[in-house]
Amino acid sequence: MKKLINKPEEVVKEELQGIELAHPDLVKVFYDPDFIVRVDAPVKGKVGIISGGGSGHEPMHGGFVGKGMLDAACPGAVFTSPTPDQMLAATKAVDGGAGVLHIVKNYTGDVMNFEMAADLAKEEGLEVEAVVIDDDVAVKDSLYTAGRRGVGLTVLVEKICGAAAEEGRSLKEVADLARKVNSLGRTMGMALTSCTVPHAGKPTFDLPEDEMEIGIGIHGEPGRKRMKLQSADEVVEMLMDPIISDIPYKSGDEVLLFVNGMGGTPLIELYVLYRKAVEVAEKHGIKVVRNLIGPYITSLEMAGTSITMLKMDADLIKLWDAPVLTAGMRKGI
Amino acid sequence: MVITRDDVIDWIKVYAQLLVEKKDYLTDLDSAIGDADHGANMNRGFQAVLSKLPGMEDQDIGTIFKTVGMTLLSTVGGAGGPLYGSLFIQAGKAVSGKMELTLADWADALEAATTGVVSRGKAVLEDKTMVDALTPAVEALKESVSKGLSLSEGLKNSAKAAEEGMIATIPLVARKGRASYLGERSAGHQDPGATSSFYLVNTAFKTWTNSHK
Ligand SMILES: Nc1ncnc2c1ncn2[C@@H]1O[C@H](COP(=O)(O)OP(=O)(O)OP(=O)(O)O)[C@@H](O)[C@H]1O
Ligand SMILES: [Mg+2]
Repeated sequence: MKKLINKPEEVVKEELQGIELAHPDLVKVFYDPDFIVRVDAPVKGKVGIISGGGSGHEPMHGGFVGKGMLDAACPGAVFTSPTPDQMLAATKAVDGGAGVLHIVKNYTGDVMNFEMAADLAKEEGLEVEAVVIDDDVAVKDSLYTAGRRGVGLTVLVEKICGAAAEEGRSLKEVADLARKVNSLGRTMGMALTSCTVPHAGKPTFDLPEDEMEIGIGIHGEPGRKRMKLQSADEVVEMLMDPIISDIPYKSGDEVLLFVNGMGGTPLIELYVLYRKAVEVAEKHGIKVVRNLIGPYITSLEMAGTSITMLKMDADLIKLWDAPVLTAGMRKGI
Repeated sequence: MVITRDDVIDWIKVYAQLLVEKKDYLTDLDSAIGDADHGANMNRGFQAVLSKLPGMEDQDIGTIFKTVGMTLLSTVGGAGGPLYGSLFIQAGKAVSGKMELTLADWADALEAATTGVVSRGKAVLEDKTMVDALTPAVEALKESVSKGLSLSEGLKNSAKAAEEGMIATIPLVARKGRASYLGERSAGHQDPGATSSFYLVNTAFKTWTNSHK
């Protein structure tokens, strides 16, 4: 393992110390339990929005704390969901009197820990709603399994709901909006390489030089199938087809197209992918009205990409365009 | 013969030590069908438990179990945190106030523990989870109690049943947790959570029979 770290057990703590030093104008960092809050939290009368998950997906979630996006983020150990005491402390820290929304990615650990935190918060008289994001079309959806994973769409939910909360919408409205975005967006990812979890010390799976893994999540977990490496254009088709046919997106739809890097794939390649993704969308009569390109929800140093499509309407476009000021995403400010 | 409070504390220490040794193995199992963190998660939790043991040693067994559970809940994270947290918290409720456990008490504790895991995680038998190791262990304990078997025989039966349950997860296709994302590809691998649960039941057998030799 070759990594710029000191000790595997210290990575998350030292990352938080770095964030604290780098962005004192945006966030405050708390330790034991660990969480990051917006510098002016709690914002009186505003719905508080918190999210959290394992570390290793930077800039998500800590990099999205700030005006117009998240009020707090709870980082777990690398690829491990955080614990209920972190979420409870963060919930209390951001409650400005209008209630708190938990944005939860659909993983067994995240869901159970957030459920326990919400129970504890309610016992203390706080108003909490949770919305579970499950946008990954690579996973078969079924009532009898853990269901689809929450992946790329989470970034868009956090931005859009953050803008809605900033506008002064109620907890119920912001939660309904999160559910609406979740119902209108879909994602599919692929990997060229695995990644190495610091405390594991070796790659989670072996992927030969000439092969790729289709349908991966964001934790270095193997995907649904492995195949010979294909060109960028072929990969885009392989990712876009299941996305488009899942909802399904129709001719005339307006979408936000999000081409995400998994951590080890440079922007030059993401733009190559974006170019083809727009072409595929247009072939189906789908109009790309907004986009996001870059590494926003990563899987450590994994090389690969995920593509997310979100069907937009006037309200979503307005919220997407609203100002945001965070370490990981900034516009209009 | 009964399980004393000291036996319970020894069991927790032995289990924590075993996790140090098996950390990499559990993480390897989790690499195959999960996200390569189960060993690290469990080890982090039980190291935290060890550091809290001195403050628990004069409590009743129910309180010890509950403190272990609360500690796991706030240090393990992942699926393991709420699941093993609920396991110990519910076991604690079942033997609240007790200073020693008979085989029947231990059967009650492990049954409540397993029910706690099931109500938190909603897994049923053969979903390829820790429930597949725990449920047969509980059944073996209850059967041993009703047959009037000795403490050591009962513990031995439960360890054997847990081991069989753990091995039986190998061919299963996972329906819960991260492994379910793999679909058919999860078959052929032993479940990491069932393995750590087998260790739990097996160290109870080993530690408690040794102390009563
Ligand atoms: N719903 C469930 N019910 C019971 N046991 C479960 C359930 N989901 C997962 N498990 C058990 O948890 C084990 C995995 O635990 P682990 O500590 O690796 O958490 P994780 O799933 O990786 O959590 P996270 O997703 O947050 O990283 C599995 O091997 C399985 O035995
Ligand atoms: Mg795991």
